[in-house]
Amino acid sequence: MQAAVIVFPGSNCDRDVAVALEASIGRPPRMVWHRDSGLPKVDLLVVPGGFSYGDYLRCGAMAAHAPIMRAVCKQARRGVPVLGICNGFQILTEAGLLPGALLRNANLHYICRDVHLKVERNDTIFTQKYRKDSVIRIPVAHGDGNYFAGLGTLERLEGEGLIAFRYVAPDGVATPSANPNGSCHHIAGIFDSGRRVLGLMPHPERLADPRLGGEGGRPLFDGLVEALS
Amino acid sequence: MTAPDPATIRAHGLSAAEYEQVLAIMGRPPNPTELGIFSVMWSEHCSYKSSKKWLRTLPTSAPWVICGPGENAGVIDIGKGLAAVFKMESHNHPSYIEPYQGAATGVGGILRDVFTMGARPIAIMNALRFGDPDHPRTRLLVEGVVAGIGGYGNCVGVPTVGGETNFHTSYNGNILVNAMAVGLAASDRIFYSAAAGVGNPVVYVGSKTGRDGIHGATMASAEFSSDSEEKRPTVQVGDPFTEKLLIEACLELMATECIVAIQDMGAAGLTSSSFEMASKGGLGIEMDLDLVPMREEGMTAYEIMLSESQERMLMVLKPGSEPQAQAIFDKWELDFAIIGHLTDQGRMTLRRHGQVVADLPIDPLAKASPEYDRPWLPCVKRPVLDLAQVPVFEPIDALMTLLACPDLASRRWIWERYDHMVMADTVQRPGGDAAVVRIHGSRRGLALTTDCTPRYCLADPHEGGRQAVAEAYRNLSAVGAKPLALTDNLNFGNPEKPDIMGQIVEAIQGMAEACRALDFPVVSGNVSLYNETEGKAILPTPAIGAVGLIEDLDLMATMAFKAPLQAIVMLGETRGWLGSSLYLRELCGREDGAPPPVALHREKREGEFVRAMIAAARVTAVHDVSDGGLLVAVAEMAMASGIGATLEPPHLVAAHGWWFGEDQGRYVVTATEGDLAALLAAAQRADVAARVIGNTGGESLTLQGVGGISVAEMSQCHEAWLPGFMAEPANFVNG
Repeated sequence: MQAAVIVFPGSNCDRDVAVALEASIGRPPRMVWHRDSGLPKVDLLVVPGGFSYGDYLRCGAMAAHAPIMRAVCKQARRGVPVLGICNGFQILTEAGLLPGALLRNANLHYICRDVHLKVERNDTIFTQKYRKDSVIRIPVAHGDGNYFAGLGTLERLEGEGLIAFRYVAPDGVATPSANPNGSCHHIAGIFDSGRRVLGLMPHPERLADPRLGGEGGRPLFDGLVEALS
Repeated sequence: MTAPDPATIRAHGLSAAEYEQVLAIMGRPPNPTELGIFSVMWSEHCSYKSSKKWLRTLPTSAPWVICGPGENAGVIDIGKGLAAVFKMESHNHPSYIEPYQGAATGVGGILRDVFTMGARPIAIMNALRFGDPDHPRTRLLVEGVVAGIGGYGNCVGVPTVGGETNFHTSYNGNILVNAMAVGLAASDRIFYSAAAGVGNPVVYVGSKTGRDGIHGATMASAEFSSDSEEKRPTVQVGDPFTEKLLIEACLELMATECIVAIQDMGAAGLTSSSFEMASKGGLGIEMDLDLVPMREEGMTAYEIMLSESQERMLMVLKPGSEPQAQAIFDKWELDFAIIGHLTDQGRMTLRRHGQVVADLPIDPLAKASPEYDRPWLPCVKRPVLDLAQVPVFEPIDALMTLLACPDLASRRWIWERYDHMVMADTVQRPGGDAAVVRIHGSRRGLALTTDCTPRYCLADPHEGGRQAVAEAYRNLSAVGAKPLALTDNLNFGNPEKPDIMGQIVEAIQGMAEACRALDFPVVSGNVSLYNETEGKAILPTPAIGAVGLIEDLDLMATMAFKAPLQAIVMLGETRGWLGSSLYLRELCGREDGAPPPVALHREKREGEFVRAMIAAARVTAVHDVSDGGLLVAVAEMAMASGIGATLEPPHLVAAHGWWFGEDQGRYVVTATEGDLAALLAAAQRADVAARVIGNTGGESLTLQGVGGISVAEMSQCHEAWLPGFMAEPANFVNG
């Protein structure tokens, strides 16, 4: 399996996700600079976290219009899996690959802390190594992670089973205090309609190594390797 | 040319005597640009004129020190071909005037100091001091400073892994924002600032120059008055996105052979960077200011030279390497401009619109900057407090008061607003004795801490200076790291007042003693004086930022209890020292008494013993005993784990002294039943006092014969204060 990580000016989790991918895949991913003229032929495209172009405009808005994102969207339409983490999720919504938007956190602060997520389904390439309805612990680190979408979109996400992860308490219950940013329906991550694109605000790459205090994110990468190799 | 009038000279912060020296060096009256350059170069901030004499007395060398004070940051050898590069610096005055940008640019500046030397920044720390929580401005300042530090560090993608925060009325009008950055470099690829090679191109890279921050260095060298608000235009504006690009571009260029010398443009901007590079290289420099990338039109030479616009670097390149270097900066979409060259004239010559606008000799200006031996008064020693004269409170009630007091309450609200995990190497997150970051791709780690107890420093600056260094040493030892070196940030009031100068002198003397005794050299630092508002000085605050090395992260210690039924052992001696303690301040409303003395010979022995026990896996949890004393330390270990403890009654010391005394050189450790005897025997062999004081277990902290309190209730109380103060609900998960 070969993965590629798209690097924008201001990306800052590109190395972190590359390390996690290498640990699962066994070889380093290709790092693709935003101005490179095309995408290499790979099995997985990753849009990493960070502050692309400083995020001085709406988060992800500038990056979504970078030429490389046209190529990413084209590949996604052909069925190449795409994973967007944090700023990557914001970019995927801005680029129209995923519905909805990430608004300012409800408490207006940047938040960096571990959260608990419920795995909504495990029959996807991204979640097949998790147990359905299991609760995992990985961190969030964002100022704009408050998932919002219109009622119709939320109904469709729920109805079609496109919600990947939800913020819950450690016991799996979606309590208000377990939702760090005010997201609609406690949404932490969503799939596109084909479940080949995943966007999520929490960082699986940050807890994929026991030395860092947990491995809640590791099965996501291991699952991708199993599914795409 | 007309000579500047006395008012203009004063407005530039130059004394009459200093201006006489300007005339002697120039042989004529300086023009406005030249006067501005003298003003910033000779400001306290850039010249250290009041503190230099005393700074020289600090020990700065050790076999592992690669570069001590004098460069952009200190450099130490950490083995395996790597070096740690670090420094701490203040941004106090700007942060008071404009908290968000002041703090943000403080972080930006210290990061540049580190990557200028060829190091990739891997961690940010800070040391913050705010006024009384009841002061009307405090909340706004906390909000702005924390948001600014986070806003910058989060975007740049360097984790903010720890720090310390105090509140005290003396900081009402002068908060302290000290930021520390730590980077990693190949030990044979360190970059320095001394220019070399007559004719070599002088290159400007990074952001464009604007009118922001003009005279920041002079502002940072004067007392505040009620017109401080009017100084807002002197605060710079940060652009962390550009900083991120600048880090990547500079590190990419540093991997080539293009660079001869490099210096960031910090305080006093283009003036001090060009002067320092030329002066250190014994060369001259000619620059055409028309070539400087500018943000706005019509800037004068004065404004260009004194601008403190952020995210800029000055470099001397090898001739012929310009195209290769330019290609890298083009890739990162940053300005790159050849603005001059080096000469052998020993002068700085500046041109603007084809005219020479300044022509100054470099050495006399940079090296003959004033140095003062300011008069100082020894500080009056306070009497040692008699324990019998201190009221006794019910210990659990007193504990709960302390856990929720502004200086001890949980800082979660602060550190959860910093990305403390980016780079995916944060092994010990904020909240422990020291933060630990893994050396990327290895089993080794760096432990980092910032420490100072200003109330001790006020009570006795000499003892306070010793204690700040000793506590840093202890915090590093408590996670199992060998303490290697430190950076200091000396924050004091007006040095022209003999009592304040006395605090400076004695604190430095105390620090120097501790550094020598603990083999713990000072490799970089910063001095911030004139921290006074309307004649009232801050508590003397010599903040220490320290770095230690953990050889095997598998053997790192943390403070959380690990399991029930383990023995709790106190290492070190307890006399029940309540002078200048938090107990005295928070429970009795008093701030008197001599502070606890530090026994440096014991400190070293105990630190070595603790590290040896951690390395031998003889202890399961380790925590140093500091603010609030023994009971607070045990409570913190319980709260970090969700596991309770039962403690035996006080031993040979009055109860309030036993539970809340702040005797120095103490640690609380836990050991399994199987390891306890070996631990106690080893302590005896090492001549370290060790005493079993209780056991872990249960869901409460229980004092035999007194009563107890549940760990959950303690956490609630400990976590609630800061969010409550900031008018937000607390949000944390127990355990």
